[in-house]
Amino acid sequence: MRYSGLRVIKEALTGHKGWKPVWRDPEPQPHYDIVIIGGGGHGLAAAYYLAREFGQKKIAVVEKGWIGGGNVGRNTTIIRSNYLLDGNEPFYEFSLKLWEGLEQDFNYNAMVSQRGILNLIHTDAQRDAFTRRGNAMILNGADAELLSADQVRAEYPFLNFDNARFPIKGGLAQRRGGTVRHDAVAWGYARGADSRGVDIIQNCEVTGFRMENGRCLGVETSRGFIGAGKVGCAVAGSSGRLMAKAGMRLPIESHVLQAFVSEGLKPVMPGVITFGAGHFYCSQSDKGGLVFGGDIDGYNSYAQRGNLPTVEDVCASGIALIPALGRVRLLRMWGGLMDMSMDGSPIIDRTDIDGLYFNGGWCYGGFKATPASGFAFAHLLATDRPHKTATAYRFDRFRRGYMIDEKGVGAQPNLH
Amino acid sequence: MIINHPLLGPRDAQEFTYLGDAALIDRPDWQGEDAQSRFYEYLYLRDNPAGTHRELWFHEGGDRSWLVVTRNTVSHEILQVELARDVARAKGRSK
Amino acid sequence: MSQTHRLTGGQIDSSRVLNFTFDGRAFQGHPGDTLASALMANGVRLMGRSFKYHRPRGVLSAGSEEPNALVELRGGARQEPNTRATVAELFEGLSARSQNRWPSLAFDAMAINDRFSNFLTAGFYYKTFMWPAAFWEKLYEPIIRRAAGLGSISLQDDPDGYDKGFLHCDLLIIGAGPAGLAAALTAGRAGAQVILADEDFAPGGRLNAETLTLGDATGAEWAAATLAELSGLPNVRLMTRTTVIGAFDHGIYGAVERVSDHLATPAAGQPRQILWRIYSRRALLCAGAIERPIAFENNDRPGVMLAGAMRAYANRWAATPAHKVAVFTNNDDGHKTAVDLLAKGVQVAAVIDTRKDAPRIADCELLAGAEVTDTRGRLGLKFVSVRLADGSERMLECGALGVSGGWNPNVHLTCHQRGRPVWNDQISAFVPGKDTPPGLTVAGAATGAFSTAAALSGGSKAAAAALCDIGIKARAIPMPRAEDAPVSLMPFWYVPGGKGRAWLDQQNDVTVKDVKLAHQENFRSVEHLKRYTTLGMATDQGKTSNMGGLAIMAELAGKTIPQVGTTIFRPPYTPVAMGALAGRAVGRDFHPTRLTPSHKWASEQGAVFVEVGNWLRAQWFPRPGETHWRQSVDREVLATRKSVGICDVTTLGKIDVQGTDAAEFLNKVYANGFAKLPVGKTRYGLMLREDGMAMDDGTTARLAEHHFVMTTTTANAVSVYRHLEFVRQCLWPDLDVQLISTTEAWAQYAVAGPNSRALLQKVVDPQFDISNEAFPFMACAEITVCGGLRARLFRISFSGELAFEIAVPTRYGDAMIRRLMQVGAAYDVVPYGTEALGVMRIEKGHAAGNELNGTTTALNLGMGRMVSKKKDSIGSVLSEREGLNAPDALMQVGLRPVDETQPITAGGHLMRRGDAANAANDQGYVTSVAYSPCLGHSIGLGFLKGGGDRQGEIMQLVSPVTGTNVEVEIVSPHFIDPEGERLRA
Repeated sequence: MRYSGLRVIKEALTGHKGWKPVWRDPEPQPHYDIVIIGGGGHGLAAAYYLAREFGQKKIAVVEKGWIGGGNVGRNTTIIRSNYLLDGNEPFYEFSLKLWEGLEQDFNYNAMVSQRGILNLIHTDAQRDAFTRRGNAMILNGADAELLSADQVRAEYPFLNFDNARFPIKGGLAQRRGGTVRHDAVAWGYARGADSRGVDIIQNCEVTGFRMENGRCLGVETSRGFIGAGKVGCAVAGSSGRLMAKAGMRLPIESHVLQAFVSEGLKPVMPGVITFGAGHFYCSQSDKGGLVFGGDIDGYNSYAQRGNLPTVEDVCASGIALIPALGRVRLLRMWGGLMDMSMDGSPIIDRTDIDGLYFNGGWCYGGFKATPASGFAFAHLLATDRPHKTATAYRFDRFRRGYMIDEKGVGAQPNLH
Repeated sequence: MIINHPLLGPRDAQEFTYLGDAALIDRPDWQGEDAQSRFYEYLYLRDNPAGTHRELWFHEGGDRSWLVVTRNTVSHEILQVELARDVARAKGRSK
Repeated sequence: MSQTHRLTGGQIDSSRVLNFTFDGRAFQGHPGDTLASALMANGVRLMGRSFKYHRPRGVLSAGSEEPNALVELRGGARQEPNTRATVAELFEGLSARSQNRWPSLAFDAMAINDRFSNFLTAGFYYKTFMWPAAFWEKLYEPIIRRAAGLGSISLQDDPDGYDKGFLHCDLLIIGAGPAGLAAALTAGRAGAQVILADEDFAPGGRLNAETLTLGDATGAEWAAATLAELSGLPNVRLMTRTTVIGAFDHGIYGAVERVSDHLATPAAGQPRQILWRIYSRRALLCAGAIERPIAFENNDRPGVMLAGAMRAYANRWAATPAHKVAVFTNNDDGHKTAVDLLAKGVQVAAVIDTRKDAPRIADCELLAGAEVTDTRGRLGLKFVSVRLADGSERMLECGALGVSGGWNPNVHLTCHQRGRPVWNDQISAFVPGKDTPPGLTVAGAATGAFSTAAALSGGSKAAAAALCDIGIKARAIPMPRAEDAPVSLMPFWYVPGGKGRAWLDQQNDVTVKDVKLAHQENFRSVEHLKRYTTLGMATDQGKTSNMGGLAIMAELAGKTIPQVGTTIFRPPYTPVAMGALAGRAVGRDFHPTRLTPSHKWASEQGAVFVEVGNWLRAQWFPRPGETHWRQSVDREVLATRKSVGICDVTTLGKIDVQGTDAAEFLNKVYANGFAKLPVGKTRYGLMLREDGMAMDDGTTARLAEHHFVMTTTTANAVSVYRHLEFVRQCLWPDLDVQLISTTEAWAQYAVAGPNSRALLQKVVDPQFDISNEAFPFMACAEITVCGGLRARLFRISFSGELAFEIAVPTRYGDAMIRRLMQVGAAYDVVPYGTEALGVMRIEKGHAAGNELNGTTTALNLGMGRMVSKKKDSIGSVLSEREGLNAPDALMQVGLRPVDETQPITAGGHLMRRGDAANAANDQGYVTSVAYSPCLGHSIGLGFLKGGGDRQGEIMQLVSPVTGTNVEVEIVSPHFIDPEGERLRA
């Protein structure tokens, strides 16, 4: 069923009886060519691209709970490709380009809104670093713009320019960055995958891998064994738990990141703004809520909830940047499991076990990567070769010394 | 969170800085066989358990002790707090 | 006559009048009123508009669960959008405006959406607005954004202050209704430290809203007497207007006290609100229950409200929404509304009870087995249509309808640590499960025990049990006789059969049909339902609507409600002003400001300061006539290189290292060796992270055999210290070494330039010989200055000149800089700031923060040979990995423009001449640049692939983001005095 304005009108006039399930709820089959564990954004996108781009036929996505229930359903909805390092920038720019055509591609309005993202500059050293980054972006085919303080003020007049602890000296803007209605990404990919024959199996928890002679034959699940030619794991914050079932230790820790939304307000924020002096990022959803976040709490956690000090820090940063936020009410906060890697960059790679593939280590920046991650993972699963934009995302980079460390903080996941 | 410091009693976790898995105490022998490989595993690979986790916290806003806190990463319940130095010595670390 | 809907009695002070305005119209109310009760007393039912269809709306509730009556309170910089009229206390001069409507509340042009509601069903926007792609940002989205949102903020700086506080207690009691009061009395009499917090300004909970008797007293009287006793107990802290917003780890609760929101403006020195962090040994949740509505067609008109709220307005606030009302219920409790309103002289058209065997409780018409099927009245309820038991229809005229579908225990806080409530069939509601936050128990209606007697005894028993658990002797105390009717409920969620819309979530305009559509499209899990329809995502977080949606989904899916599950309750319990969470850490107080010992002196000199982490450092010292910073900086550099300059370097981290194993310890933390450093000498040290990357650098001086003083960069002073303690305590715990940070203990000044020695000789006491022979380059000593003041002197140089750093105890820092400047006058001494410091270190090719960026190795920095392979030091093993030793590894180089008039751009990338500027051709980047007044052109430091062998190569420096592209020559990074003759002079 194709979605369109005309279809909406037709259905409205006929009692909305024609709308079909956005995805089916099939029973698992005994064997698939490819089984993807994790019905989040990355897993669903991988299934979609496997079916759409790589001609794969028998694909299943198995999900412990309900699809889109992980970080794709709990994030601050930001998309951007403002990375510095060679290992990252081409990949994130590929992702941004996929975002730009995504809705027409999967026929679902995910509200990709290229409202622009602005990283504020507070010191001369930061300007130097952002200049280098902006140049790296442009050299990789992305867009970047260095703004003066006056240019920032023209766009965001309500920022704290006159009584700031850390004065605003400019900003690095990426106009093609922006926000996306996060849940719709999961649903759009699910719908696109389902319509191409992918079985999306919810409430199906993987309890183990079936191995034989160093080869993965499939997954044991709460709904029985599901055989698979290849198994791809895309479970973000649960990566440690899942891969332990395959006997693997990962260069990843699970941490909690809290994110926040305010009560609905009439439009105030034109785009996405990030405040490095305090670590605060914020945008306004189409519904009117300010969506914002800051640092992870900083300790290993699977609790999916955080504590007050981080909440207080984030709000203080927010008001330090935008003093008018004092009377805005925080409506809801939530905590997600972040697969924090050892250099802050992800892994999309084969494992040492034949037939078992891994996608994870997205830290708290995985949402923007969803399309490219899905595409690159699909490429790897279909061809056994890394996608050209993801060649650096290998397991062995730590052993060999090819870290992709954007922040330059080393092997301490809670600092990435 | 509240960390029950073995010397100072219960202190708010905000006074502390977190490092990570207490296995970071087990630094390999630099001259050992396959030292580079062991250092790689030591520095980069984690058990990352959902459950009991022994981890290092530094009392930065306090007495500057490194502590080994045994904490459940699912419930955040803290089961034990020890001075990291004692733990290191018990593991046979010395000079 | 004003206050046409004011009744007699109530807990308002009708002897005093408070004037207020709503949408510019003047009204009067009384102390004790909320904005909602006062508007109601004035006959106002229409108070807001819904989010999506802009439907007219009035109050639904009498508490913080309110979805409809949201207003913009106050004006100017204090404008507060989305304020619930039901909890906004009335004060003299209060001004409120309706929101999300244009041009007026009664005539809202956006209500056109309601006409098109059939097209605007749940999730319609996911299916359209996709063509053409560019129209989303340009056309569709702006329209949607303008229509969406609720109230507006002023965008002016919030003028009010917010405080934070910390409290400790044995027992935190959340909610001061009957259960909470009984608990507080029990715990208070037992001598425990008790905090009793309630979000309301008048404690008592439903005791204030009901016509109950407790023993011989009314509920309100008993509450007042209990409060009087509690306020006499020094161990009990009663906190009204205080909402416990969240249950966090280890018994820590967040609570927001609204100190001044009931005043026109905070009193002088008073905060608007306080965020309390409450450390409790035990906590008891007595949060009561929230009534749930029944969905039926057009159940959202102003005048349709919860039955319990209707009688709360009548009993507590002496206000009625209409002179003739009706009640629609599926349980006995709803009948109380009819009883109470009749007693207040309000006409009750009928009680409509879905139960065929409904008891006759109120003295009015009872329509048993009947259902409300529809309502009429554009801006306020006029008629309800009732389907009687025999199937016939009847119209009832009434201006308000009280609706009761039963009560839901308020389990919110029990789920903040991801506990799940469990289903109770007896009351058809979720009650707290066993996995409440550790230390938290629940009593009263929040457990599903709905009678007053159960609340009282339950509260008392639970308090006693909680205290016994922590070793405080306590026992339940006798409670007055109170109503103890058993509650049993057959749920009734919605009236079936109609073709129109029946609202579940009134704020977000989610109807029964939307839930059905979600089910049809397979959005069947609770979370999908919520996210697809937006059910429960409004400012009330679905406190009155989620259950209805769940029940309908369960019915459609053929499951039980507990099988469908619940959404997760998360903090905060009610929305919290961000200002309260931020507290005082805003504006210039966002982070603490650290000042150096020379700050006052530098201010007097007119220095321009710059933020360096939390420090403020002098950036340059402008002199009269200098109009551009470069003039000042160039002058400072030239004067220093010509004669002598002084710079405050106190901010560098200083770590005192002592012990018999101190040298061995330094050998482990630095990549280069320190064991053989002689006493009286200083050495540059490079510290690596365990991954082989450069972590920090600095000089370390050996003052005595077992005493070293290490310096770190300003930025890393804290993290290096932490790292050293890790190495000391966790890796080599038996090394005899002690560390202390002395950054703040010593004021330290760099004295640089050919005349630095001569200058210093004027302050160093004469018994200390600092001649080149006695005190050569890299010497250090503990000395005295100015006639006996102890000091430390280091002959080290960051500028490349003959230079010293002199340290004195911080308290003498101000005196020292003044003395140095005074005696230096003979040499035309200048103070120089961080800019000149930066210029000179770039001229000299020293790496600093821009080069030590966490991704560079010793090799990259040109110091690969410093990493000793003869000893175990942090980072040495992993620095040998292939990726860190590639043949074309980045190497630090110097850059000079081919055309000396051209500037070099920091952050520019290096390409071979003739290569296209793209990532594939990227050869390196520029880290630091400066204009060198000594050389007369721009210079730079950068990293270049294989840069060690490329001196003399001409390259393009491209910086598309700044629009520059210049040719540069690769040169040695040591622009000035490469042989180091000056610093050894």
